[in-house]
Amino acid sequence: MARSVTTQRKTFNTFLAWVIGLLIFFPILWTVLTSFKSEAQAIADPPVWFFFDWTLENYRVVQERSNYSRFLWNSIIIAGGSTVLGMFIAIPAAWSMAFVPSRQTKNILLWMLSTKMLPAVGVLYPIYLIFIQMGLLDTRVGLTIVLMLINLPIMVWMLYTYFKEIPGEILEAARMDGAGLRQEILYVLTPMAIPGIASTMLLNIILAWNEAFWTLNLTAARAAPLTAFIASYSSPEGLFYAKLSAASTMAIAPILILGWFSQKQLVRGLTFGAVK
Amino acid sequence: MSTKASRSAARLMLAPAVILLLGWMLVPLTMTLIFSFQRYLPLRGGFQGWVGFENYVRFVGSSAFWPAVQSTVIIVGGVLLITVVLGILLAILLDQPMWGQGMVRILVIAPFFVMPTVSGLVWKNMFMDPNNGLLSHLWRFFGADPVIWLSDASMLSIILIVSWQWLPFATLILLTAIQSLDSEQLEAAEMDGAPALSRFRHIILPHLSRAITIVILIQTIFLLAIFAEIFVTTQGSFGTRTLTYLIFQRVLESQNVGLGSAGGIYAVILANIFALFLMRIVGKNLDR
Amino acid sequence: MGQIVLEQVTKSFGDVTVITPLDLTIDDGEFCVFVGPSGCGKSTLLRLIAGLEDVTSGEIRIDGQGVSTIPPAKRGLAMVFQSYALYPHMTVRKNIAFPLRMAGLDRAEQNRRVEKAAEVLNLTDYLDRRPGQLSGGQRQRVAIGRAIVREPAAFLFDEPLSNLDAALRVGMRLEISELHNRLGTTMIYVTHDQVEAMTMADKIVVLRAGHIEQVGSPLELYRAPRNLFVAGFIGSPKMNLIEGAEATKHDAMTIGIRPEHISISADEGRWSGVVGVSEHLGSDTFFHVQDTGLGDTVTVRAEGDVSFKHGDRVYLTPRDDMIHRFDAKGLRIG
Repeated sequence: MARSVTTQRKTFNTFLAWVIGLLIFFPILWTVLTSFKSEAQAIADPPVWFFFDWTLENYRVVQERSNYSRFLWNSIIIAGGSTVLGMFIAIPAAWSMAFVPSRQTKNILLWMLSTKMLPAVGVLYPIYLIFIQMGLLDTRVGLTIVLMLINLPIMVWMLYTYFKEIPGEILEAARMDGAGLRQEILYVLTPMAIPGIASTMLLNIILAWNEAFWTLNLTAARAAPLTAFIASYSSPEGLFYAKLSAASTMAIAPILILGWFSQKQLVRGLTFGAVK
Repeated sequence: MSTKASRSAARLMLAPAVILLLGWMLVPLTMTLIFSFQRYLPLRGGFQGWVGFENYVRFVGSSAFWPAVQSTVIIVGGVLLITVVLGILLAILLDQPMWGQGMVRILVIAPFFVMPTVSGLVWKNMFMDPNNGLLSHLWRFFGADPVIWLSDASMLSIILIVSWQWLPFATLILLTAIQSLDSEQLEAAEMDGAPALSRFRHIILPHLSRAITIVILIQTIFLLAIFAEIFVTTQGSFGTRTLTYLIFQRVLESQNVGLGSAGGIYAVILANIFALFLMRIVGKNLDR
Repeated sequence: MGQIVLEQVTKSFGDVTVITPLDLTIDDGEFCVFVGPSGCGKSTLLRLIAGLEDVTSGEIRIDGQGVSTIPPAKRGLAMVFQSYALYPHMTVRKNIAFPLRMAGLDRAEQNRRVEKAAEVLNLTDYLDRRPGQLSGGQRQRVAIGRAIVREPAAFLFDEPLSNLDAALRVGMRLEISELHNRLGTTMIYVTHDQVEAMTMADKIVVLRAGHIEQVGSPLELYRAPRNLFVAGFIGSPKMNLIEGAEATKHDAMTIGIRPEHISISADEGRWSGVVGVSEHLGSDTFFHVQDTGLGDTVTVRAEGDVSFKHGDRVYLTPRDDMIHRFDAKGLRIG
């Protein structure tokens, strides 16, 4: 809003917003701080804030004890894989609905949305059974496929709203200029759609990274990603705050950074384009 | 608006997505539906005969059902109330001119990117633990007895954790909606002599109504399915067993697939009621 | 070469008929303007010729060859879109070269043609910019440049000037006309602005509700509109249309008389009325005269220095040889 405000009011806003912002962010901050403490300092009362012996010990221990890198690798493969795989299916679908709409397009889009609404727990056993039968239980392939499927509607929707913003006349111009379907997609559509495609991938990686129903229920040891790795700390013998903090920090840091870049896209993706 | 050639190409490109999703929806759902009419106990060899609607009746009739409905409603309702009200206030605050706006926004949004298992465990141990949690330190600092959060105030704790995770989502969407409000409208209202409070009531709130509805519907759908937060904290004890968690226990813990499947069908129906409303709003938006 | 013939062409979207059976011949080298109110089907007609839409029935021939099943790229036509449809991620040079690249021309030939086009269109200094860094008029020229490098059989323009401001529009109008004179290529130009149609066209096609109301040169349409619709559409300000007793005197249901064919006087004339709004353009003045007893307000053109005030009584005399007569169906009589 291009309205002038008094400095006093602005100072007050700033103060209030920062206090609330820090309060909301505090659990994350506290976790990160604790991850650099010794276990004794981690539970000290009164708590120690910044002046303690900063140590990387916890990170080392977590890595050694639980083979963190394997879980990380699983998370990367599953989140990345499901995203890339999903894009191969979602881009053509979104293209076709955005640029060659038919009378069914709206219904198909809404139907896709409705599949996203399906409560996972309602199909837990069938999927479990299918996974056992096909030998997919506790495999990265299986989880990649499931996460791709649950996020496919969001991918299609998000891409659709981005593609919709590309004027159809430009594609027609390309057609007039002699471009075939392949050239049209390669030289004109894709370069223009890259920002949208990138945002879609970003959001999808975040969602897949944090997914915590199927990743907990369909993995045991081999394919377990970070969500399951952290969940293993809920058992009593894992109650070491500093180590829990280190593990948590490692699990959320990559996605926190990605997430900060994707605020705008998040709104569009999660509201199915209803709020932009 | 296009030619025949591009139309058939388009159909071909749409096909994989449609077929995959159709399979993903129909196959497991049909299986759940079939299981729900069977006595099916994997530990005793699986299929034990057809039982008609017995599972449906038993699921609803079990002593765990109504408490589960109750805790589901309380959790979903509580989280919605907190996130929507605080979300509106926070969105309005963040829309005001200030220094470091971008940074504050980042701070506020951060919890949304924390994986559910992490936020569950961090809150459970580092904040709500009765001996070493930060909150118990705080209570003791003021000379009070620490609250044993996850057993004595289990529902409140879960609501707190989940609200912390979803407040950013509500704030972000409402903020986006507020920013799309034409500032000339507010200026016009100011010229017309409307004080700040009535500007909020008569202009900002109506403008936000659609965004609020969307926040409520989307959150409801996700909140009905919360799982990991409960899985790593109370494991469904102390009255925090939601419908989702109850079904999960029936299926995977007590391995009563028939009964769990009947519950699953109930969950599907419940989610669809909300989905229907959401889709009507989204669908209207498509026509614009 | 670029003669374009439409034979019994129709187009429907589902149950909605947008173009009723339509015949039209556009001769080689002609500047043909499709004009009509919005929704009259003029853009659809252009897109049918371009191949961006399939005809529902009928045949389109370019230089005698049926093209209904030939994709847009192979029809040898170039199009300039309303939004210009420039590729935002390509420089001006790449935009203009794109059709050549698609046609597989070698790099040297591409550059030669792009530079030639840029010179013609005053774009040489902007070749390495992106469309986002250009003004509206420059973008327009890039779009035209992209069209001319292909040396097409015909140019198709879809309301190309509607996104420009008024001053620029007049300039571009001249540039396009000049381009047509220089290249001598067939051009089809769609607009809703009858001024553009009148100033640019060799042949105007007036469309309404998917069918042709009249085809002819600008002056033919001006002098002898075939029906009330064309009479009202062509000419600015609009022709005065008068019904009732005055029309009956001329054995017509409706008579029409253009503002420039009525003389205005302070003392005597055939009709009398009171001056309402006057619009002074400097060279001309338009008076909107009320209470003439002829139904509507009558618009009259006078010299710029003629001045009457609001409320003055004036007398109007139409030139009898310039009165257009229309029958009950709205068709021209005689």
